[in-house]
Amino acid sequence: MNSLDLARWQFAITTVYHFLFVPITIGLGFLVAGLQTAWYRTGKLEYLRATKFFGKLFLINFAIGVVTGIVQEFQFGMNWSSYSRFVGDIFGAPLAIEGLLAFFLESTFLGLWIFGWDRLPKKLHLASIWLAATGTILSAYFILAANAWMQHPVGYVINAEKGRAELVDIKAVLTQKTAITEFLHTIPSAAFAGGAFMAGISAYLIIKKKDELLARSTFKLGAITMLVSFVLVFITGDITSRVMTEQQPMKMAAAEALYSTQANAPFSLLTIGTLDGSKSVFQIGVPSMLSFLSTGNFNGVVEGVNDLEAKYDAQYGPGDYTPNVPLAYWSFRLMIGFGFLGVLFILLAMRGLRRGATPKGKWFAPAMYSLPFIPLLSISFGWIFTETARQPWAVFGLIKTEDGVSAVVSAGAVLFTMIVFTLLYGVLAIIEVGLTLRVIKMGPAEEFDYADPQLGGSEDKQLVMAY
Amino acid sequence: MTFQTTWFLLIAVLWVGYFILEGFDFGVGMLVRAVSKNEADRRAVLTTLGPVWDGNEVWLLVAGGATFAAFPEWYATLFSGFYLPLFLILVSLIVRGVAFEYRSKYGKAQWRQRWDVAIFIGSAIPALLWGVAFANIVRGVPIERAATGSLEYTGGFFNLLHPYALLGGVVTLTVFLTHGAVFLSLKTAGEIRVRAQAIAKISGLVAAVAAVGFLAWTNLMLPEINARVLTLSIIVALLWVAGMAANFMGREGWAFIFSAGTIAVFVSTLFYALYPRVMPSSLGSQFDLTITNASSTDYTLKVMTVVAVVMTPLVLIYQGWTYWVFRKRVSASQIMNPEHGVLDAVSHSLHK
Ligand code: HDD
Ligand code: HEM
Ligand code: HEM
Repeated sequence: MNSLDLARWQFAITTVYHFLFVPITIGLGFLVAGLQTAWYRTGKLEYLRATKFFGKLFLINFAIGVVTGIVQEFQFGMNWSSYSRFVGDIFGAPLAIEGLLAFFLESTFLGLWIFGWDRLPKKLHLASIWLAATGTILSAYFILAANAWMQHPVGYVINAEKGRAELVDIKAVLTQKTAITEFLHTIPSAAFAGGAFMAGISAYLIIKKKDELLARSTFKLGAITMLVSFVLVFITGDITSRVMTEQQPMKMAAAEALYSTQANAPFSLLTIGTLDGSKSVFQIGVPSMLSFLSTGNFNGVVEGVNDLEAKYDAQYGPGDYTPNVPLAYWSFRLMIGFGFLGVLFILLAMRGLRRGATPKGKWFAPAMYSLPFIPLLSISFGWIFTETARQPWAVFGLIKTEDGVSAVVSAGAVLFTMIVFTLLYGVLAIIEVGLTLRVIKMGPAEEFDYADPQLGGSEDKQLVMAY
Repeated sequence: MTFQTTWFLLIAVLWVGYFILEGFDFGVGMLVRAVSKNEADRRAVLTTLGPVWDGNEVWLLVAGGATFAAFPEWYATLFSGFYLPLFLILVSLIVRGVAFEYRSKYGKAQWRQRWDVAIFIGSAIPALLWGVAFANIVRGVPIERAATGSLEYTGGFFNLLHPYALLGGVVTLTVFLTHGAVFLSLKTAGEIRVRAQAIAKISGLVAAVAAVGFLAWTNLMLPEINARVLTLSIIVALLWVAGMAANFMGREGWAFIFSAGTIAVFVSTLFYALYPRVMPSSLGSQFDLTITNASSTDYTLKVMTVVAVVMTPLVLIYQGWTYWVFRKRVSASQIMNPEHGVLDAVSHSLHK
């Protein structure tokens, strides 16, 4: 492997890894804020215990989200310096704004939240978690706007002399359709993940008959979050498909393994292509469905891979403009498929848990234990699809991935850092999961710890979340 | 003032902020074991950092993001060129951040010991390497025009380990250690405070020797003696002496203000010596990266200026407010059940 391949692998590993923790942070952050608000409003101790229980889990996850984010910030310069030179004038701004606007907010107010229990006035303490959660959304917006610009560059001119893209319209970059649809698809998918996390863990408590009353109410909260957010993910996914087909037709063609341009194109349930991925040999499909998905019209014409390849050869010069079709095809389906699987599980569980019952079936426990992971699979496949089906472009139509890699970094150096990051990330994952399981096994803590000082708790009582 | 100069200044300010704030984090991280006799002490020490360390680290992230946005050529050349040192810094920051959050979750001595080692190393390595990196930037490194037309770093890893650069590393290491000790003496009570003060006295002297040597070398390295750089260097030395004096007199607040001031003027001196270059080349000034040839367009800089003008005061206000909220000294006696991790099988509740 040359330094290009290695840099790509490294980017894929570190980014997908970062994004395992991000959706849980975003989704769970708001859920914990909601629980704390419920406690603030009603004064019911159950809500406080739930806040602290999920709050602890949230923080264990957040820690890894933060430290893996630091790598993200610098790896554009380290491994992708030619890319950075080319796009810096445009791409750097959202990144810098993200730091100034979002990361300061998140980190400062989360610090206040963790260490401010029983120290800050209740209202202010509640505001801290809401501000931290708001920070995660802001951060998502700016980074997704930067990513959307790579999918569909706008608001720039090319400066041929300097060999770079230059910003002329920041508003276009921040408010373009692609940024908005990407944001509106990603945020509900994070809520979906947060809901599944909460529902799965609550189901565990129910199965183990620990704190059932509390667990049933948090299960419900998680389940409803999942259902609502899935509807949003579905709707915005549909809109995203249309935007994508318009801007990056090759992506849709690859996602469907549609090799030649077709009207009334079917949505493929299963397509088997030739080994080199240049045409399909067998297909089961829903007639005209793809035409509808990508154009909103059952008779719409959908362009195929081979025709697009010819078109791009003429437009950008001879080259290979076809992404990895089997990867695009399967990652697209797995994203959607795992989404439906999550919904199926939660619907069955909701039915089984009605009116204080517990499902008897053998399926229940394993389904619930896997629930927190299912949206993460969806989301990872979503990103793998979005990013790999854009290839060979790093920024669509402007700079190819192969031209973005750092010229001065040797393959050996990239390999070395990749190995260390991967091992380190592996170890951190084991520790993280271990701590998470430990918190879950212990269950929500006793009420006494959280009582008011007047009721017998001491002013200096141990801070359950502190160091 | 041009937008480029403005952004050069702002980036200098971000680094000043970063080194003042995370400087004491690094120092405290290195001292966790040294100033503590027992678990309660250690947890008290970590609690002084708890609410603030992540916010402090964001100064680095914003400095990185701002460099990317305002001087993409600088960002690209610097981070691809100083590849391995930066990588070591990243790994350190990762390990250290996780260690802060996880170490006290379990009570097992071995678990805590390992994380304490991680905190120590994760603090010491960046404290050293930032100095090495900045010294290299000021001294100039091999930068040439590549075939693609861009200015690229062409030295290897070992090129960065010149004696001047290593001395720079020793300066930041010892200065941050002292700064952290002073911070601890300001933020803790009881014996921790006494021990921290004693450490600050010794490490302050070591840092003084290293810093004076480094600044003298810096002045001599310039093509001709520059009166302003020299003046700034002298101010650095005076501030440091004032800080040490305050520490000897037990005036912790003043000691901290002076050590923060020293760092501020020290970093400013380096930036001042650079201006208008951002990364001078040791192979000839035609290869220097400067605020003009490394910068973004005026439009981008203007956009960024608007954002910075609106956001920076707000950030300073709420970050300052956090320090105010947690202004009280932390003492070991406040840490209940220090041996117990919150996740230990024996419940953390006293009433079981
Ligand atoms: C859709 C959302 C999203 C996406 C696509 C990314 N991140 Fe992220 N990032 C977050 C959402 C987020 C977050 C929710 O704000 C995090 C996750 C956990 C956390 O602590 O904050 C975070 C943390 C985080 C941090 C640490 C902040 C701190 O110290 O508090 C940095 C520096 C980055 N990210 C940078 C990046 C970069 C450069 C990315 C692009 C490759 C990236 N993230 C992708
Ligand atoms: C956080 C969710 C994200 C995930 C999981 C993700 C995943 C990936 C993957 C798997 C690749 C490899 C594609 C390939 O090489 O075939 C890639 C490429 C890339 N992505 Fe993303 N990405 C994410 C977000 C972003 C964002 C927000 C940006 C920019 C702000 C970005 C910038 C890039 C760049 C520059 C490449 C080209 C380098 C390469 O090909 O590996 N990505 N991404
Ligand atoms: C239910 C039907 C769904 C449809 C029609 C759909 C559609 C899409 C499309 C077209 C993209 C690519 C956007 C682009 O490359 O420009 C995408 C990306 C993505 N999807 Fe989905 N999706 C669906 C379900 C899901 C589910 C259930 C999840 C996760 C819970 C999910 C998470 C993601 C993520 C994180 C991305 C990458 C970010 C982005 O490009 O917006 N999707 N989706």
